[in-house]
Amino acid sequence: MKFNKAIKNLFIVLFSTLLISACSTAKKAKVDTVDDVYTGTDTVEFLAKGVPDRIFFATNKSKLTTASRDTLRKQATWMRKNKDVTVTVEGHADERGTREYNLALGERRANAAKDYLMTYGVSGKRISVISYGKERPVNPASSPLAWSQNRRSVTVKAN
Amino acid sequence: MKKIIFILLLSILSWNSSNALITVDITRGNLDPLPIAVSPLHVDSESEKIPSFETSTLGAEISKIIEKNFKSTGLFNPLKKDSFVQKPDIAHLKPRFEDWRLIKAQALVTGKLLIKNNKLKVEFRLWDLTAAKEMVALSFTTTPNNWRRVAHIISDKIYERLTGESGYFDTRIAYVSETGPKNQRIKKLALMDQDGFNTKYLTLGNELVLTPRFNPTNQLVTYLSYFKNMPRVYLLDIETGIQEVVGNFPGMTFAPRFSPDGKKIIMSFAKDGNSDIYSMDLETRVVEQITKHPSIDTSPSYSPDGKYITFNSDRSGLQQIYVMRSDGTQVKRITHGSGLYGTPVWSPRGDLIAFTKVRKGRFYIGVMRSDGTGERLLTENFYQEAPSWSPNGRVLIFYRETKSDSKGKGFSAKLWSIDITGYNERRLKTETDASDPSWSSLLSK
Repeated sequence: MKFNKAIKNLFIVLFSTLLISACSTAKKAKVDTVDDVYTGTDTVEFLAKGVPDRIFFATNKSKLTTASRDTLRKQATWMRKNKDVTVTVEGHADERGTREYNLALGERRANAAKDYLMTYGVSGKRISVISYGKERPVNPASSPLAWSQNRRSVTVKAN
Repeated sequence: MKKIIFILLLSILSWNSSNALITVDITRGNLDPLPIAVSPLHVDSESEKIPSFETSTLGAEISKIIEKNFKSTGLFNPLKKDSFVQKPDIAHLKPRFEDWRLIKAQALVTGKLLIKNNKLKVEFRLWDLTAAKEMVALSFTTTPNNWRRVAHIISDKIYERLTGESGYFDTRIAYVSETGPKNQRIKKLALMDQDGFNTKYLTLGNELVLTPRFNPTNQLVTYLSYFKNMPRVYLLDIETGIQEVVGNFPGMTFAPRFSPDGKKIIMSFAKDGNSDIYSMDLETRVVEQITKHPSIDTSPSYSPDGKYITFNSDRSGLQQIYVMRSDGTQVKRITHGSGLYGTPVWSPRGDLIAFTKVRKGRFYIGVMRSDGTGERLLTENFYQEAPSWSPNGRVLIFYRETKSDSKGKGFSAKLWSIDITGYNERRLKTETDASDPSWSSLLSK
């Protein structure tokens, strides 16, 4: 009897853990994208303290969101302070498009970021761009969350 | 590609095309494949021994390849050999038609081979069992190492005689071999026979390579390489292994394809966020800009007469397929259905354009007429794209990727083919995962 009770308790614990984790993922997915653009921080790295390295895009789009422009202004400020730094902006697409179109799309996204950095006073000579299309996902899952994290441009220190 | 000399058509013993002999209709899905018996080729007892392979079973091996080719078309039903009623050498002289008819065969292939002076001589005949007539008789002489190709050429000749269209067995597939985890894929250019044999790797996997495409003579491949992290269109000579970058563009070039005469490469050039279509003359190296539009223009493909180009553009807002004259004038959008359209490829017959369609999160391979009418979707899946035509315009090869879990597991990329009738979908065996297939033209024309 005692044994049975122990098992029963174990099940209750297990079940409630499942419930909680299910809730948290559902909640997280909702919070992490706004209008199809990833707004979370899971994959983000930093060029310097407070300077995120990447921005995210909506499906098939290369338009900069308010949050993206904020990130790019931080990058521009950091680059103006660190005059020797050169960067490569890598443009990426998710896996839900044809390969060749995605290469073009990645290039368009990287250039959208580059243009904005230039608007904020960084010389175009310090910024090169490269598109990887769908070839280099940061999150290898086939899920809407992964795809939103993969639709990105990443500013990488080149020197 | 090794130049192979076939002494072809030594004898055409008879060619009774005027008589009403058996035919196979390939214009619709064939629910009633033609029963065909492929007798093992008789090996002449005077044949020399060759160290690299077993001579005595060569005739049986060749007949197996022919059977496999026929089976893969879905149009033929090769019968089991254990029911065969006549010895190969006797059947080759003259079959007892009524005995073969008993096992329900309608066509019979017989042959014999001889290896002498390091030459392989193969002779074969195709018999119409109902009409009790010989339909084709041919012989070839080649080097023994070419024995698989001999089997493919025989298959092509029989296919041609029975369907009235040229075959596609003596061909190769260029593709991208894929290994490693999804987010760190190692990709190499690879080449194999149409039936998955004789795989060769053309690059080492040190840099990312994509989208190989044959030139019309199958000696060159144009592709995208990230050599030194600069994505550019390259040209590779398959025989010599020499690679060169195509043109010195100040930015990414991609989506290359040869013109039908092989003299030009057409491709996209991306600069400052805008991709346009350019062509380059391989001899003069003169570059011509063909589209000039602030949207993405990519995936160009010439019509077989070279007068038109079909391409992919998002100038209307989303990916659609367009056709223009090859000088860039008279641009016309041809897709208007719901969903996105990409990867247009003109059929070698000129009548159809194959494409990828994305609709409601599903991927389709389809065909339509070159004015966009008559759209037919052949296959639906989670992810598939990049169709390439068989040289006779009857079959498409493409690649398909599977869904992966949260850790990227479960992901695969494989080559598939489907008839343009929408029937006969099948997976092609490859040594590794594979994508971006390009189907060569017939190697011996």
